[in-house]
Amino acid sequence: MAEADPRPIGTSLPGFQAAPLVVHAPPVELEREPLVAHGRGIGWLSDTIAGVAEGKPAAWWKICFGISFTMMLVCFGCVLYLMSTGVGVWGLNHPIMWGYAIVNFVWWIGIGHAGTLISAILFLLRQKWRTSINRAAEAMTIFAVMCAGVFPLIHIGRIWLGWWLFPIPNSNGIWPQFRSPLMWDVFAVSTYFTVSVLFWYMGLIPDLAVMRDRARTRIRKIGYGLFALGWTGSNRHWSNYEKAYLILAGLSTPLVLSVHSIVSLDFSVSQLPGWHTTIFPPYFVAGAVYSGFGMVLTLLVPLRRMLKLEDIITVRHVELMCKVTLLTGSIVGYAYAMEFFIAWYSGNPYEKYLFIHNRAADPYIIGPLMGIKAAPYWWAYWTMIICNVVVPQLFWFKKVRTCMIVVFVLSILVNIGMWFERFVIVVTSLSREFIPSNWGYYSPSPVDILQFLGTFGLFFTFFLLFLRYVPLIAIAEVKGVTPQADPHHPLGGAKTGGHH
Amino acid sequence: MSSAKAYAMMAEFDNAAAILHAAEKVREQGYHNWDVFTPFPIHGMDRAMGIRNSKVGWFSFLGGCTGYLTGMLMIWFMNAVDYRIPIGGKPMFSPFAAFPPSYELTILFGAFGALLGMLFLNRLPRLHHPLLKNPRFALASHDRFFVVIETGDQKYSETGTRALLESLGSKHIELVEE
Repeated sequence: MAEADPRPIGTSLPGFQAAPLVVHAPPVELEREPLVAHGRGIGWLSDTIAGVAEGKPAAWWKICFGISFTMMLVCFGCVLYLMSTGVGVWGLNHPIMWGYAIVNFVWWIGIGHAGTLISAILFLLRQKWRTSINRAAEAMTIFAVMCAGVFPLIHIGRIWLGWWLFPIPNSNGIWPQFRSPLMWDVFAVSTYFTVSVLFWYMGLIPDLAVMRDRARTRIRKIGYGLFALGWTGSNRHWSNYEKAYLILAGLSTPLVLSVHSIVSLDFSVSQLPGWHTTIFPPYFVAGAVYSGFGMVLTLLVPLRRMLKLEDIITVRHVELMCKVTLLTGSIVGYAYAMEFFIAWYSGNPYEKYLFIHNRAADPYIIGPLMGIKAAPYWWAYWTMIICNVVVPQLFWFKKVRTCMIVVFVLSILVNIGMWFERFVIVVTSLSREFIPSNWGYYSPSPVDILQFLGTFGLFFTFFLLFLRYVPLIAIAEVKGVTPQADPHHPLGGAKTGGHH
Repeated sequence: MSSAKAYAMMAEFDNAAAILHAAEKVREQGYHNWDVFTPFPIHGMDRAMGIRNSKVGWFSFLGGCTGYLTGMLMIWFMNAVDYRIPIGGKPMFSPFAAFPPSYELTILFGAFGALLGMLFLNRLPRLHHPLLKNPRFALASHDRFFVVIETGDQKYSETGTRALLESLGSKHIELVEE
């Protein structure tokens, strides 16, 4: 320090010429991989992404659409059957009155959370890689929330009275009861759906303008033109647009955290062992993001190959998504451990009984070791542990993260694991509560299972239509993160040593 | 073209640096009714054009306040005034129980405020715009960048403006019909 230059930084002495500041480029091995591979230009991005939604549909698209559409009809058929017959067509019976319907509701709504995390939280964190995947992930969010919305509506029994959930005046003059978390849920989920649609649509406006400007037929010109709202790409418009986008991202972030927190309050505000715990809100949110990223990977890993989008959704993107899955999966694993620990540490005999006698005691190792009977739902509990605690840990390995087939298979295991988590929470807690005479065992009916499979039809029908008619990658946003878009980059036209 | 009234003069540029430089120069010349059209927002363009911070935030803020008040007042009116239902000895109205729905309504109305405020400030939706008739302008959503100076601008002159845009290195300049 004794050698330090005594002059304060920035002062120049008379006759002193400051040396030009030279910033060296980082060494090759430290440079990040580009977000768009092979140095593709911005025109190429338009042609490639918009091209997916133009031209004739591929054979695989038609086959998938046929299957999905049929499954969607199955979904509607099951709803009609339920409405015309009654909730007895489901496997619900005392004490398990929340079966598949609530399991599926929580599962689907959790899937949606990854879309909002990608579109909002990663935007606030300036993660530029999100631009390649946010549009498809947001579409996934919307369609997943639609699937989720089916279940609470139909599980109320008398579906035609579903509007009593909303604060609409009715002939009885009674209002909804807002001290119940179920009412909070109505507001959380409907806000979540609406804001997700707004955010998605706003992101789409510039890309619909791209579609409009490329349209060859009059119908397409008018159709895309109407939805593009007359967008011209004016910078005065971009200025307001970017601000609105930032605000929507800022609003969606607390929203997405609140939605699954409120869903978890449906459980934890009750007194039931296994539900009545304070860890539920953060634990549900982490699980939701985890399952959502599983679904994003399930959708995008095959799509990038089939639609030849490997230069835009690169291996690096897949790797980064795997890392988020690893992180959130580890949080979920920690939450499981903490739940178990508290069940023991709290000294609450009901909690302890639930976790060991009802969930964890398997017929082969733990049960015989402890000298107790196997738990009725041990298979569900251990499927959950393997898929949600063990499987994501494989993402520590680069070889696993970069092998697309392995990533695809693991992403499906993630989805399965998270479905079982909801099953374990809902069913095992209800099946054995305080009084043994109140105990029971739940098995779904065929209608339950078809109803669940039917929502996949609903989901994929909408997702496939989305692929056909709307750019599945945010064109303007991906263009904005290429070096060509940077006026200070040589590829963006900057001259070395120039003003810019 | 000569028969129709000209709306503006449009100059095309190839890359982000050129359009940023052009925008700075056009602003320095003192034009008011002009704009830059790009396929994506360019970092630093607001500064180059001298655009002030967007007012969208105010719309969103007002929306959010309205939403929160709506939630609180609605729940208070429904559960504590209009039809009181005693539940487990809990108070008829408590801001804590009313908070989650009010919080959601804050976000809901705030989001509508942001989107509708953006559309209002941009005067959208707009079914027709002279530029959208121009076939060349379709490239503004593809990979080209345009500076457009309206003929209504006080400083506009057919020769002077053209000379300025040429000096900025534009390779294609044309008049856009009204």
